Amino acid sequence: MEEKVTGGTDISQVLTFKLADEVYGVDIMSVREVLDFSSVTKVPHTPDFMVGVINLRGNVVPVVDLKKKFRLGDTERTVNTCIIIVEVVIDNESTVLGALADSVQEVVEFEHETIEDAPRIGTHLNTDFIAGMAKKDNGFVIILDVNAVFSMTEIGACTGAAAETAAG
Amino acid sequence: MTLDSNQQVFVNEATELLQELEESLLELENTPDSAELIARVFRAMHTIKGSGAMFGFDNIAALVHSIETAYDMVRSNVICVTKPMLDYSLKACDIIREMLSDPEMRADSPVAVEISEFFTRAANIQKQQVQTEKQPYKTADGVLRTYRITFRPSHNIMMNGTNPSLLLKELAEMGSATVVAHTADVPELNEIQPEGCYLSWDIILTTDKPENDIRDVFIFVEDDAEITIQPVAETFDDREKKLGEILLERGCLTQEQLGEVLNEKKRLGELMVEKGIVSEGAVEAALMEQVHVKNVNEKKTLSAEVTASSIRVPSERLDSLVDLVGELVTVQARLSQVASRKNDQDMLKVAEEVERLVWELRDNTMSIRMLEIGSTFNRFKRLVRDLSAELGKEIELVTFGGETEIDKTVIEKLGDPLVHLIRNSIDHGIEKPEDRIAAGKPAKGHISLQASHSGDSVLIEITDDGRGINRKAVLEKAKAKGLVSENAELSDRDIYDLIFASGFSTAASVSSVSGRGVGMDVVRRNIEALRGTIEINSAEGTGTTIVLKLPLTLAIIDGLLVTIGGQFFILPLSIVNECIEFNRSENRSGSGRRIIMVRNELVPYVPLRGFFDIRGEEPEIQQIVIISVDGRRVGFVVDSVVGDHQTVIKSLGKAFKDIDCISGASVLGDGSVALIIDIMKIYNDIG
Repeated sequence: MEEKVTGGTDISQVLTFKLADEVYGVDIMSVREVLDFSSVTKVPHTPDFMVGVINLRGNVVPVVDLKKKFRLGDTERTVNTCIIIVEVVIDNESTVLGALADSVQEVVEFEHETIEDAPRIGTHLNTDFIAGMAKKDNGFVIILDVNAVFSMTEIGACTGAAAETAAG
Repeated sequence: MTLDSNQQVFVNEATELLQELEESLLELENTPDSAELIARVFRAMHTIKGSGAMFGFDNIAALVHSIETAYDMVRSNVICVTKPMLDYSLKACDIIREMLSDPEMRADSPVAVEISEFFTRAANIQKQQVQTEKQPYKTADGVLRTYRITFRPSHNIMMNGTNPSLLLKELAEMGSATVVAHTADVPELNEIQPEGCYLSWDIILTTDKPENDIRDVFIFVEDDAEITIQPVAETFDDREKKLGEILLERGCLTQEQLGEVLNEKKRLGELMVEKGIVSEGAVEAALMEQVHVKNVNEKKTLSAEVTASSIRVPSERLDSLVDLVGELVTVQARLSQVASRKNDQDMLKVAEEVERLVWELRDNTMSIRMLEIGSTFNRFKRLVRDLSAELGKEIELVTFGGETEIDKTVIEKLGDPLVHLIRNSIDHGIEKPEDRIAAGKPAKGHISLQASHSGDSVLIEITDDGRGINRKAVLEKAKAKGLVSENAELSDRDIYDLIFASGFSTAASVSSVSGRGVGMDVVRRNIEALRGTIEINSAEGTGTTIVLKLPLTLAIIDGLLVTIGGQFFILPLSIVNECIEFNRSENRSGSGRRIIMVRNELVPYVPLRGFFDIRGEEPEIQQIVIISVDGRRVGFVVDSVVGDHQTVIKSLGKAFKDIDCISGASVLGDGSVALIIDIMKIYNDIG
C-alpha cells in the first residue's frame, strides 16, 4: 500500500485534518489548497454527503462531507471548518473536488517504513479507502487514499441511487 | 508512419480542399460549362497534388496526377465535363480521404487504379479530338468585365410578341446589372398607344460571360432595335489630380474657400442639361454607370481583403478564450455590484465603462466561434446524390440561408441528427419517380434545407415534397406496439410525437437506409441536448416539414433567475412565457391535483420546491413561471423571481453526471453558484 503514498524518495508529506475526534491525512501531492468554509449550493437529488457546489475562482467544484460519507455524524459549521481542495483521478480523468473537514492541522512528514497497512478490523472505515496508518504523538493518523474515496463508483453510484429514490 | 507536424498541417488543409473540391464538383454537375468552377476544381487538385508530394504523400500525388491532367484539358476547352468523369472524381475524393487517414494505403488499390485508368483514357481520347472539339468563341477565363449596353427598341417592337423587360431580366441574371430607363420619348397620356414601346434603356452589366453571350440575348430583336455593346474601362487608379486639390496642396487656397467655390459651381451634369447638350436621362445613365463601376471595384477590393486577413487558429485556444471571457463577465458583474453599493461616482463610471467593454468583448469572442452553416449543408448534397441514386429516386437538394451563423459546437453536434432527418426524407418521404408521376407530381423530388435566425435561436427547416406522414399508419403501428391504448383518440401533434418514441418505425421493411426505428428518438435526444426543440408538420400527399429550433450558442444562455428556499436557480428564458403570482392558500385543492386557471386556460404545474426536496417553509405568496413547449404550457412554482440574467454555463463535472434535472451551473455576481434547471428534462419526465 505504501507505493500509493508518494512525495519524496522515502518520505511522504501528509496534510492532517480532523473529522470528529480522529486525525486523518491526505498525501500533500493531491492537495491543491485549503479554503475557509463559505456558502455551498446544494444540488437537488444528490445524497446527503454531497454538500453541494462552490465557486472556485469561476469554476464550479463539488464538495463532499467526509464525515457523513464515513457515517461519523454531522459536521457542525465552526470557524475551523475548512474545505480541502484535492485533485483526484476519476475514470482516468483528473478532477477537482472539495472535502469538508472539521479543522485542518498541519503538514507532517512520515518515512515510508513508519507507514503501516490498515488493520483489517478496528476502524469505522472501509479499508479500501485507507492508504495506510502512521503513528504521530500518542495517536494514529489515518492516511486516506483520495482516489478511492472519490472514485466514481463511490460518488456516482450513490448519486444515481438517490436520484431514483427522490424521483420515485 | 506517424505524421510530423508539417504533415498534420497538410492533412488539415487537404481535408478542407477536398470539401471544397466536392462542392465544386457537385455544382459542376448542374453547370458543366462554368469556367470558374472548372478552374476551382483544377486549382484544388493541383494544390493537393503539389503539397501531397512535398509532404511524402506520394500515393495521393500519383492518383491526383491523372485526374489533374484531365481537368487541365477541360480547362483549356479541349474536352467537356461528363457525368462519369464527375462520378470518378467524387470517388477519388473518397479515396484521397482514406489515404489521408491511412498514409500507408497504396495508390495501386483496385479502385484507385480504375480511377487513374479512366482519367488517362479520357485525356487520351480527347487529345485526338483537340482540333475538332475546340470551341471557337468563349473567353471562359472567369474574369469579370463591365459592358455598357444601349438598347433602343423600335416603336412597334411589342407587336411581334417581344417583351423587352424579359430581355432586361435575362441580362440581369448574367451578372450584376444597373439598368436606367429613358422616359424622354413617352408622349402625353392621351397620345399614348398602349401597344407601342416608348422606352429605351442603358444597361451597365458586369459579368464573366463573353460579349457574344450578351449579343445572344438580343438575337431575336436585332432587326427591331438599336443595340450597342461596349466594354467599359473599369479602373482609374492613377487619375490626375483635380485643379482644386493642387491649389490646396500649394497653400494657395484653404479647404473652406474651396468648399465655397465648389458649392457655387453647378455640377457638370446640370450645366450640360441646362445648355441642352445632352438630355437629363443621358446624364442620369452616365452617373449610374459611375456608381456601378465604383461598387464593382469596391466589391473586388473587399473580397481581396477578406482572403488576405483570415488566419487559422486551433479551436482549443478559442475555447480557452471563451472560458476566460466568461470569467471576466462574472467578475465584471461583481464589480458593478460593488460599485453600486459603494455609490462612488468615479468608481461607478469606471464600472460602467468596464461593463460596456466586457459585453463588447463577449460578443466579439462569441462571434469568432460562429461558423456559417453552409459548410454542413454542402455535405448533404453528396449524401442526397448518392442515396437517391442508390434508391432509384430522383431528388434535388436545395439549400437556403447557408450564410446563417451558429456556434461551432452546435454545428458539430447538428451533423448526425440532420443526416438522420434527410435520410428519412429520402427513404420514407420522397416517392419513386413512377409513383410521383401517378400522383400528379413532377418525377423529380425536392428536399429543401433552410436556415434562418429567429431571435436568439436558429431555425432549420427540412422540407420534402414527398408523400407526407400517414397518420393512420403511425397510430396503428403505435397501437400494435402497445405505445398507446387501443381506443385512444390522439391529436395530430400527439401522433407526430409517437414518431419520436424509441423503437418506432413505420417502414414495412428494414432497408440499409432506415427502418430500424432507432433514428428519431436519437434525433430528438440530440437536439434536446443542444437545448433545442423539434417539430413536425406534414400534409399527407404533399410533403413533410421538420423544424429544428436551436440556440445560437451553448456557452451562454439568457436565463430567468429565481429563488427556492434561499437558493438561486436559473430557468432558460427562451421557453419562459410569463410569470404569475401564486397564492398558496387560494390554490389548495383537496384532490391534490396541481392545475391552475390562467386566463380561462387550465395549466398543470410542478412545485419545484417539492420536486427538488428543498426543506423549509414555503412562503405564502409564490410565483409560477409558465413555460411553453410544443405549444403546451406548464407552470413551475418557485419562491420568487429575481429577474433576467445572462449567464455563462459551467458544467457540474463528472461527480454529478447522473443528475438529470440540472443541466449546469452559473456563477453569480456575488460569487455564489446558481444551478441551471433542465426544464425540458423535467417536462419530459412528468409529461
